[in-house]
Amino acid sequence: MNPRHVAIVAFAQTRHRRRSAELSEVEMLMPVLHEVLGAVGLRTGEIDFTCSGSSDYLAGRAFSFTMALDGVGAWPPISESHVEMDGAWALYEAWVKLLAGEAETALVYSYGKSSPGELRDVLTRQLDPYYLAPLWPDPVSLAALQAQALIDEGATDERALAGVAARSRGAAEHNPHAQLAGSAAPDALLEDPYLVRPLRRHDCPPIGDGAAAVVLAAGDTARRLCPRPAWIRGMDHRIEAHALGVRDLTRSPSTRLAAHNAGLFDDAAAPVDTAELHAPFTSQEVILRRELELGEGVRVNPSGGALAANPMMAAGLIRLGEAAARIHRGDSDRAVAHATSGPCLQHNLVAVLEGERAVKTEREEGA
Amino acid sequence: MSKEPIAVVGVGQTKHTAARRDVSIAGLVREAAVRALEDAQLTWADIDAVVIGKAPDFFEGVMMPELYLADALGAVGKPMLRVHTAGSVGGSTALVAANLVAARVHRTVLTLAFEKQSESNAMWGLSLPIPFQQPLLAGAGGFFAPHVRAYMRRTGAPPTIGSLVAYKDRRNALRNPYAHLHEQDLTLEKVQSSPMLWDPIRYSETCPSSDGACAMVLTDRAGAARAPAPPAWVHGGAMRSEPTLFAGKDFVSPLAGKDCAADVYRQAGITDPRREIDAVEMYVPFSWYEPMWLENLGFAAEGEGWKLTESGVTEIDGDLPVNPSGGVLSTNPIGASGMIRFAEAALQVRGQAGEHQVEGARKALGHAYGGGSQFFSMWLVAAEPPVG
Repeated sequence: MNPRHVAIVAFAQTRHRRRSAELSEVEMLMPVLHEVLGAVGLRTGEIDFTCSGSSDYLAGRAFSFTMALDGVGAWPPISESHVEMDGAWALYEAWVKLLAGEAETALVYSYGKSSPGELRDVLTRQLDPYYLAPLWPDPVSLAALQAQALIDEGATDERALAGVAARSRGAAEHNPHAQLAGSAAPDALLEDPYLVRPLRRHDCPPIGDGAAAVVLAAGDTARRLCPRPAWIRGMDHRIEAHALGVRDLTRSPSTRLAAHNAGLFDDAAAPVDTAELHAPFTSQEVILRRELELGEGVRVNPSGGALAANPMMAAGLIRLGEAAARIHRGDSDRAVAHATSGPCLQHNLVAVLEGERAVKTEREEGA
Repeated sequence: MSKEPIAVVGVGQTKHTAARRDVSIAGLVREAAVRALEDAQLTWADIDAVVIGKAPDFFEGVMMPELYLADALGAVGKPMLRVHTAGSVGGSTALVAANLVAARVHRTVLTLAFEKQSESNAMWGLSLPIPFQQPLLAGAGGFFAPHVRAYMRRTGAPPTIGSLVAYKDRRNALRNPYAHLHEQDLTLEKVQSSPMLWDPIRYSETCPSSDGACAMVLTDRAGAARAPAPPAWVHGGAMRSEPTLFAGKDFVSPLAGKDCAADVYRQAGITDPRREIDAVEMYVPFSWYEPMWLENLGFAAEGEGWKLTESGVTEIDGDLPVNPSGGVLSTNPIGASGMIRFAEAALQVRGQAGEHQVEGARKALGHAYGGGSQFFSMWLVAAEPPVG
């Protein structure tokens, strides 16, 4: 494998909100870029590679990312790329660039404003244009199919799902960036009507606007920029078939395979203490916990996760950023971060992050 | 540790045309992918990852279509990345795929770019609605025509240069069975008398709207050793971006393009591109961009690019053939156009360009640009593996 080590050395995000009509995407993004670069004391021109993630369908115009680039200040010209995906995959592209030795530092950012449109309608345009999109099945309805399959299988029930919601939004009370924080007790939540059976409003993510950014750095540069870098020990992503009818919706083999390739199940390594999972729906956390074999001792979504804030195209990157930030602060030694894309967890990315202390212990044990 | 050398061992294209009504989007991309696999004599099982690119999703009306295309491209259970860097995306996509091999994350990667423009209307897809931009522009031609006029004024180039480029590229396309436009009876006079669209750009000096896809199989040194045909080796690749609009921007010869070319030449050890590079596939959507890019890429001194065009240097049998495939002026599935440039450069150094082969081509440059002349991606490929 590649001997170069790459770490997340800084993370910043907006305070996610239901609406930000007074801000353009660039105006929403700029403070986050300033904050993340300020944390490592670098200017745009000192970053070797920049990569972003966003979607034209949220902005409602072609080439929407070009406006954001203007905000980055790409002058003199910069080495730069963009994925039409969640920022977690922009981070992946940047990670590969650093692994190849073509850069020592990278700026990764992503953003999404869901407020100008009807997100449930917009996301139907993501489906097979010939057989599925004409039926306009919205993401909540598709997630409800998945949740019902999970309940039918006996893997969870509505009470347990309400517990996931209450725990996540309770955790979000300590997250100043969260859009939703605080929750009624699970039993009280179950008195609400269904949104799309078996899902109630609390099982679904909030719709909102937000942006996030991280800085990556390799080797000694990372050590120089950050007292405790969050080293990316492994990262992989895998996609599944698109047609829901050919998938077992209660399983996520792509998550499991990505986690395996990222080294999550390595016997020699210490177990993770933290997991930041991109599970927009409560039922999806149940699936991901099972595939990632997360035990009771693992803190799952201490940020509140996507149930507390789910800005499209940024929520996956935020999982990596939140996990890294806990390592930076010394709240975690080894964490797993996950991002998802597409209907019902079609495409999944898993990264294993570690703080330096855990690595030393590992090396001592190996010696 | 040094990077893993990257070899292009498979190239596949669709027959590009105005409307491929016989295939779905999935059918279109699969056609190119299967041809690239056949060229490499590999199967889907040999592919470790898929990197796909296309221009704005509005061109087909499908948001993030790679999700739906995972099955058609054999990507289920594999990593799939979707790149979007405007018109340069086809080139950027190939470079992202190349990096996966260079970093030894994967050994063999399928990279593909496409556009099925017949599913919507690219010109209006590119005409941004207020309040985002002043309602002054209709399509890309409206954006680029003033910069062509600036070039003409700056260099004093004769007004006929553009038509020479268009006539050359459309004739080159007759040698390329995959090219969209095959205008058998085109004459220079017909180009020069075609309707004026965006002064000074005439109808015959404008790229068509095409449906099409292009795919390549990239692999490492071991993969290249097993390849059935000579590979093309990547000697350098780079991307550069600059803002769309700002005071001091040189639209005629953007700094990002110069920087990108300089980076590629540095990686490839090229000191005199005009002498050392045997063929160029550059992104010329409007005829005048050939002389403009000749200068921007360092093939001619500032103000001198049009002289190369005028004297026939860029003809297929000239000293520096430019767009022997017929180029973007003959084939433009927008998201794929950059990758077609990269792939055609690879075909040239593999000696597999057929009727439009440049004799003895050993080093070729693939070039793409996009947005408001602000995104650039380029690679230099050669018949010999890189040293070291």
